[in-house]
Amino acid sequence: MTALLDIRDLHLSMHSFEGAAKVLSGVSLSVEKRQIWGLVGETGCGKSLTGLSVSRLVRTPPAEYTGGQILLDGTDVLGLSEPQMRALRGRRVGMIFQDPTTNLNPAFRIGTQLMDVALAAAKHDPAILGLQPGAGRRARKQAARKLAIAMLTEVGIPAAESRLDDYPHQFSGGMRQRVLIAMALIGRPDLLIADEPTTALDVSVQAQILTLLKQMVAAHDMGVVLITHNLGVVAQTCTHVAVMYAGTIVEKGPIEAVLADPAHPYTQALLRAIPDRSVKRGQLQGLAGAVPNLIHPPPGCRFAPRCALARPSCLEGPPPVHTRAPDHAVACPVVKEVQNA
Amino acid sequence: MLEIENVSRVFAERKGMFGTSPGVRALHEVSLSVRKGESFGLVGESGSGKTTLTRQILRLDTPTSGRILFEGEDMARLSPAALRALRAKVQIVFQDPYASLNPRMSVHDIVTEPMLIHRGILGLNRQQRTDRAAELLDLVGLGPQHLYRHPHEFSGGQRQRICIARALAPGPSLVLLDEPTSALDVSVQAQVLNLLIELQQRLGLTYFFISHDLGVIRYLCDRVALIYRGEIKEQGETQRLFDAPESDYTRSLLAAMPPDVRRVAGR
Amino acid sequence: MTDVPQDSRRSARAEASRRAFYRFRQSRLSMVGATMVAVVVFFTLFGNLLAPYPEHVRGGLNTAERFQAPSLAHPFGTNELGQDVLSLVMAGTPVSVAAGFAVVLIGTVLGVVVGALAGFNGGWIDDVLMRFSDLMLTIPSLILAMAVAAALGPGFVNMIIAIALSWWPGYARLVRGEVLQAREEVYVAAARAIGASPARVLFRHILPNIVSPIIVKMSLDMGFAILTVAALGFIGIGVRPPTPEWGTLLSIARNYMPDFWWTAVFPGMAMFLAVFGFNLLGDGLRDVLDPRARR
Repeated sequence: MTALLDIRDLHLSMHSFEGAAKVLSGVSLSVEKRQIWGLVGETGCGKSLTGLSVSRLVRTPPAEYTGGQILLDGTDVLGLSEPQMRALRGRRVGMIFQDPTTNLNPAFRIGTQLMDVALAAAKHDPAILGLQPGAGRRARKQAARKLAIAMLTEVGIPAAESRLDDYPHQFSGGMRQRVLIAMALIGRPDLLIADEPTTALDVSVQAQILTLLKQMVAAHDMGVVLITHNLGVVAQTCTHVAVMYAGTIVEKGPIEAVLADPAHPYTQALLRAIPDRSVKRGQLQGLAGAVPNLIHPPPGCRFAPRCALARPSCLEGPPPVHTRAPDHAVACPVVKEVQNA
Repeated sequence: MLEIENVSRVFAERKGMFGTSPGVRALHEVSLSVRKGESFGLVGESGSGKTTLTRQILRLDTPTSGRILFEGEDMARLSPAALRALRAKVQIVFQDPYASLNPRMSVHDIVTEPMLIHRGILGLNRQQRTDRAAELLDLVGLGPQHLYRHPHEFSGGQRQRICIARALAPGPSLVLLDEPTSALDVSVQAQVLNLLIELQQRLGLTYFFISHDLGVIRYLCDRVALIYRGEIKEQGETQRLFDAPESDYTRSLLAAMPPDVRRVAGR
Repeated sequence: MTDVPQDSRRSARAEASRRAFYRFRQSRLSMVGATMVAVVVFFTLFGNLLAPYPEHVRGGLNTAERFQAPSLAHPFGTNELGQDVLSLVMAGTPVSVAAGFAVVLIGTVLGVVVGALAGFNGGWIDDVLMRFSDLMLTIPSLILAMAVAAALGPGFVNMIIAIALSWWPGYARLVRGEVLQAREEVYVAAARAIGASPARVLFRHILPNIVSPIIVKMSLDMGFAILTVAALGFIGIGVRPPTPEWGTLLSIARNYMPDFWWTAVFPGMAMFLAVFGFNLLGDGLRDVLDPRARR
């Protein structure tokens, strides 16, 4: 069985005057239906670029794919033409972005925007509207309206029908994010990419939106890639997690495995930096040093310059990935040796 | 140290071309007291009135009613000269280290500016100011080699250190920290939080720490107050408030917190 | 200890200017613009000295050589008085550029003062100043200039005053908008929080951060100012002959078109190149100086 999304050894360079920054170096990730993958990492680690790449929303140039594949149900999206890609976006892959205020057009009513998306998706898959092929314009519009109401209701917007005629500014931040989720799901995508969907929201609203996201996954049999910098959000929502550092995935696996038994030194450092209940004042551990320059990345493991366990062999070549437990992969040979010893 | 007594702030209704916008009650009968040497946390979501309250403490805005006492003196009754002196004693670090530094100024000019403005009180000449700026940079974990660089050359965490150095420059006793780490990555946040703790111990500072992040508040603060729609819902010792919340609002906020990451593993 | 910072101060500045220059060079058109402006500036400084027939610049004539077509002796030909057109065009550069620059400079100074006062203070000061500048904007500059010329008499200085009077409201609007925006920046709140006086906030924190759009507008406006000066010369209320000025030269040459085309084409070309150069330069500067691109 092929995975819903299979990113294989993806390499992406970003050109600038200083040179080509190797922003993604061998990212591999496989997402099945009903899995919610948390893609975590700090600013500039490449998590958003990975997400955007799936919908081919990274501008090339300045970016350039220098290797790898992104298989969506077995088709490499990097090989598709732009019109083919447009047919895919919104219908096969839904996207939700961080700031709900800037991703809705303030000049149009919510209903209009939702129906536009539904009608566009229906061009490629008329079944979305539940109509026979060749149905008239009027019928399609009516069906799209019905679908918009159904979606809004589903994402928890009360009195959905009456709110179709409202403009985005008449909604609160949390409600806008719900509208965006409805918009992303209206084309019945199999895969949802959510890029920091709750970062701009208050914690109580964040909890609601994350719960909604989980419900949607169960109801629609989707796979989700949730991009976030917040491990707490991952713990709250995800089934799996992939930790990124400087354009590479350093550790990935089922959430219980990774959080209970974090193996990569970077994952461990990230966890030690979170002010959890058990941490006493002054005992939080930051991570010394800075993220490497990606134009001239360190040879070998990118985390090695900041790593307490690093040894000369770490600088020689890309660290081999080993499997720690079923599906729990770690790109660090040293941890294994330390443990075996 | 800082006494906030029944402070209310109402923004009057405004008559505009397209009708009248109603008055907004941003703060209602807020009372707090911050003790010398402690870290006092103020938690609230967006629109709760946190920022309005900060502006009152900084005297960037005036309360509609109530009063604010700093070291026993009513801030509203201070003479202009005393108010200037007060500005040296109360400093602030803002949330966004990318926006809170003037992009046209060097780190040297940024850090020495408060000393220049308050030279009447501090009595430092040009050379002394430069020397002190170098000391301050050292104190916050940067070095004299950074003095003549511009903000855009620094990472977020480094910029926030510059902001902290600027806040410390006039020798304050109270520092308002307005979500100082919410724009930073966790590993950097941890460093900045630890720096703040270390500075407090070394310099005997009092912190007024504003945040929406309960985890950060729990880590840093001795006492905490929760503000919701301009009203204080609950205040008390941090430990007590987290272990035995009294108000419904506190309970709902705690419930919405992301779970402890280490505990999820055992679920 | 103090040498270290001094040293790094210098290297940091050098680094910043190297980066800016690099960015500027990235755009070929702005380099072309800069080159054209450099040529214009060169002739502004040395045009009078280098003119092959300086006596013609001072008003001397040579009726024996009227309307000579371009040749080696007279690359741009000669005009109806037998004067060398190349000399006149070269000598006309400082007049046009100086007038254009004076207009832009006066306009900028007035506009910055008015715009900064309006934007920084707000309230009724803002209302009064901006309504007044709106009023000035409604008066077409050529008509105003004609009125000033009629009232004060034609002449170089009067012309500059007249154009500058209709020029500053554009700057006032630009500056007011930028000040309003900059006033809301967090670093401005930070400056107020450390106790900075309003004057300090305005001069240290707001104005330095809005210099870039002003410089860009000045560069773009230089071209239009030169054009306006020429237009006034053309309709005969600007610089009077025998002082050579591009607009005046064109105006006279108009009578001899199309037979003696060179008398009009070369002053026109000079004007075209100067205006075009300043516009390209302005666009290039916008790319380099835009603080949003810098972050």
